[in-house]
Amino acid sequence: MAINTEKNSYTLLFAVCLVVIVGTLLAAVDSSLKEKIRINKILEKQQNILYAIGINENEGNSVSFISTEKAEQEFNKYVINQIYIQGQNIIEDDKAYLIDVKKEKALSKDPNYERRLPLFIAEKDGKNLYVAPIRGKGLWDAIWAYVSMDENMVIRGIYFDHKGETPGLGANIKQRFFMDDFIGEALLDSEGKFKGVNVSKTNLDPKNEDKYDHEVDAIAGSTITGDGVTAMIRSDLSLYQSYFNNINN
Amino acid sequence: MGLFNKVGLLSKKDEKLISDPLSDNNPITVQVLGICSALAITAELEASVVMSVSVLFVMGVGNVVISMIRNIVPSKIRIIVQLTVIATLVIIVDLVLKAFAYELSKTLSVFIGLIITNCIIMGRFEAFALGNGLWRSFLDGIGNAFGYAVILVIVGFFRELLGSGTLWGFAVLGDPIDKTGLYALGYENNGFMLLSPMALIVVGIIIWVQRARSKHLIEE
Repeated sequence: MAINTEKNSYTLLFAVCLVVIVGTLLAAVDSSLKEKIRINKILEKQQNILYAIGINENEGNSVSFISTEKAEQEFNKYVINQIYIQGQNIIEDDKAYLIDVKKEKALSKDPNYERRLPLFIAEKDGKNLYVAPIRGKGLWDAIWAYVSMDENMVIRGIYFDHKGETPGLGANIKQRFFMDDFIGEALLDSEGKFKGVNVSKTNLDPKNEDKYDHEVDAIAGSTITGDGVTAMIRSDLSLYQSYFNNINN
Repeated sequence: MGLFNKVGLLSKKDEKLISDPLSDNNPITVQVLGICSALAITAELEASVVMSVSVLFVMGVGNVVISMIRNIVPSKIRIIVQLTVIATLVIIVDLVLKAFAYELSKTLSVFIGLIITNCIIMGRFEAFALGNGLWRSFLDGIGNAFGYAVILVIVGFFRELLGSGTLWGFAVLGDPIDKTGLYALGYENNGFMLLSPMALIVVGIIIWVQRARSKHLIEE
């Protein structure tokens, strides 16, 4: 049986059928895998936070998280308190790590909304580490990070990730050579003002020996991603400063 | 060449589907398909290889699927149909990886968008799979994916070596900061190699070499 595929009615019918089939198929696959993907994402968050406080399986120059089987147990062991800061209030919430930073950022455009700022307090080797999730824009899409700091807002560990930066260029923000440079960098200047850390193309300290210059070496060919990192640290981490001022007084 | 034919695996005509894209009918240097991804992700060898493998998979499967429905697709909306099919395939693979191989899906996620919009895939659907049977379309798909891979790997090799002094992430020329190896002699990495214009120039050099060797490729 030969079908006349040139007729308008056939074209329309074909298009409708295609949409129905593809739509059903995608919806079915998505909803059947949703729960598994959700759990994977939670485990990933726990691994990321643990990575930032130095609980990882790094060897040489690799970036290795602790295994997913151990993630939840280790997370509960090290993270002793989870809070979120909303305006002047500090609220304890043991599910604070599930707060969607992207959503909070979008909601905060409304002047009547006080953004919730999650902070995870971990205890490692007898010292407290404060991990903050931050989020910003790279060249193509979102970039985000988990930053662990001590009570003086000196960075103790960081994990960067991104949605779609260029492989080999901007995507290298999640490589050790870039992330490790942030360790030890002070976010505040000597007078206690928030300075952040600049990803700098004119950095004269490529080995990053000066930890109070508020600069790390940029990645060649990734200017906009690097600027995004600088902006993200400045805009999101500075919001936590008042909390740190309070715990130190 | 002619290896598969000799061992009796493929007929002469089918073998050409694999061997041509590797030489005189290369998708990048001759058909000018897939140029954008050849510029975008070749700053490192590893990214080039990951992209090549992904494209190999999608081209093989995609060409077969398009070839399967080639007789019922209305020609007026065939491009949209091709796009829908390819996007559906890629999204399903992405979802399955997210559920069962999360780590791998993280590595590949940046390539997903590049694959859907890669003109080499649409180009081969349009030029071959719509007019040929399943087996031949499959061979054409993987043949062109290999041709694509060869160029990506060559470009990735030179860009990573000359731009960062590394290969597959390993420092092969010494340490640029501690000034060891070649760097002790005053060698410097060429940062320009990491930018896309140099990818275009490297592809241009490959085209030059290829046309110098196969004169019949030169247009009048």
